[in-house]
Amino acid sequence: MKLITAIVKPFKLDEVREALGDLGVAGVTVTEVKGFGRQKGHTELYRGAEYVVDFLPKVKLEIALADEMVDSAVEAITNAAQTGKIGDGKIFISTLEDVIRIRTGETGAEAV
Amino acid sequence: MIDNFELAYALDTFYFLMCGALVMWMAAGFSMLEAGLVRAKNTTEILTKNIALFAVACTMYMIVGYSIMYPELGSMFLSGITGDGVADDNTYAPSADFFFQVVFVATAMSIVSGAVAERMKLWAFLAFAVVLTGFIYPMEGSWTWGGEAVFGLYTLGDLGFSDFAGSGIVHMAGAAAALAGVILLGARKGKYGPNGEVNAIPGANLPMATLGTFILWLGWFGFNGGSVLATASIESANAVAVVFMNTNAAAAGGLIGALLVARLLFGKADLTMALNGALAGLVAITAEPSTPTALQATLFGAAGGVLVVFSILTLDKLKLDDPVGAISVHGVVGLLGLLLVPLTNDGSSFSGQLIGAATIFVWVFGASFVVWLALKLIMGIRVTEEEELNGVDLSECGMEAYPEFTKS
Repeated sequence: MKLITAIVKPFKLDEVREALGDLGVAGVTVTEVKGFGRQKGHTELYRGAEYVVDFLPKVKLEIALADEMVDSAVEAITNAAQTGKIGDGKIFISTLEDVIRIRTGETGAEAV
Repeated sequence: MIDNFELAYALDTFYFLMCGALVMWMAAGFSMLEAGLVRAKNTTEILTKNIALFAVACTMYMIVGYSIMYPELGSMFLSGITGDGVADDNTYAPSADFFFQVVFVATAMSIVSGAVAERMKLWAFLAFAVVLTGFIYPMEGSWTWGGEAVFGLYTLGDLGFSDFAGSGIVHMAGAAAALAGVILLGARKGKYGPNGEVNAIPGANLPMATLGTFILWLGWFGFNGGSVLATASIESANAVAVVFMNTNAAAAGGLIGALLVARLLFGKADLTMALNGALAGLVAITAEPSTPTALQATLFGAAGGVLVVFSILTLDKLKLDDPVGAISVHGVVGLLGLLLVPLTNDGSSFSGQLIGAATIFVWVFGASFVVWLALKLIMGIRVTEEEELNGVDLSECGMEAYPEFTKS
């Protein structure tokens, strides 16, 4: 099993969710996050004084998947979230040791 | 059957009261404007200040303020104010005059609250409100609208001083009290950097600030329109209509002026500057809304709107931290309003306007400075650094404005 952590532009969330839904992904956890990458922040003016927005808003998706679904999920997220402009985000893949469904106590692939 | 005089009496009194109610509603405008321009963590406290200062102003003006400002009309606790106004050559009820005057006091005090926002102790502020509304404002009011001599020395009316609805008497006075407070209070933490940089501290809720400005714009029709003091004759009705027209024109001119200047200076349409510009236009026309033409009123307002942007930037260079721009809007443009009067009103003179402005400023600033300083020594006027960082909502009021929002 793998845990996919994807950081995408907030306005791309709906498209990513649809693409994952089409693949049959059973669950996604979404968090509103802030951070910086190569896009860095930007400077704004308020009443003539500058202020720097160091951290830009992004959306983080966490998806637990069976190994065989990982490649198609990554492709789906990439296609849906890509604008080609800086700041499109990243996808991290890590090994997932175990999953437990709280309601039934099922574990492993059964619980994904 | 009622005769014409009774009808005029009833109509003038009714008009006066409705205008007073409109001015009362300006307190809501100030509350929303200030709540919108501070950070979310200081919202409950600024709202508490605004509504509490209104109550303090009404109470203090009832106890002593009105009798100090109008020794011939009022006495302590307003005793005897319930008769009719005919004998005094007024065509409205005396208590209506009190009601109309008291909401102006509250307006002057509202100006202070925005300038000292986000770092002043609530109770020190309210203690100051007691003195300003009960004594400092009524004293200068007695020298101007009250017609009394300044400490028995000179009479402003004789010198050609004219301030129709209070650009100086109300607005610049409030700003002078605010300036004294800001000097003794110091800037918000993080506003000014060690190398002269000016840091932005964006307001939390611009829809609220915009609503507040609209409310003030509306209330100003009562502020200036009611200052005609009558409407039940062709002459006074005409005057009221001109005042409404010019008040509106000046606000529009002020907004356009500030918006264009902000666009030219910053490259973006700064909404908060535009809001300040509308208010600056209103303050600029308040000293004389009855004699300019509509075009002149628009230009006077625009001058106020342009001036207010530069004033806000200059105050920041001087490290005078005024989160809502109150000192610029009401003080700097209030002075401009006074100085514009002789352009259209032959009954006033530049020298009279300057002496009047100096009298009001020196008195209100000086007396306020002493009171703020006394409060600073007795109880302290500033919250601790930790309280300021956590927000004065928690330290002063013990509650947040938006407890269900996640802080970011």
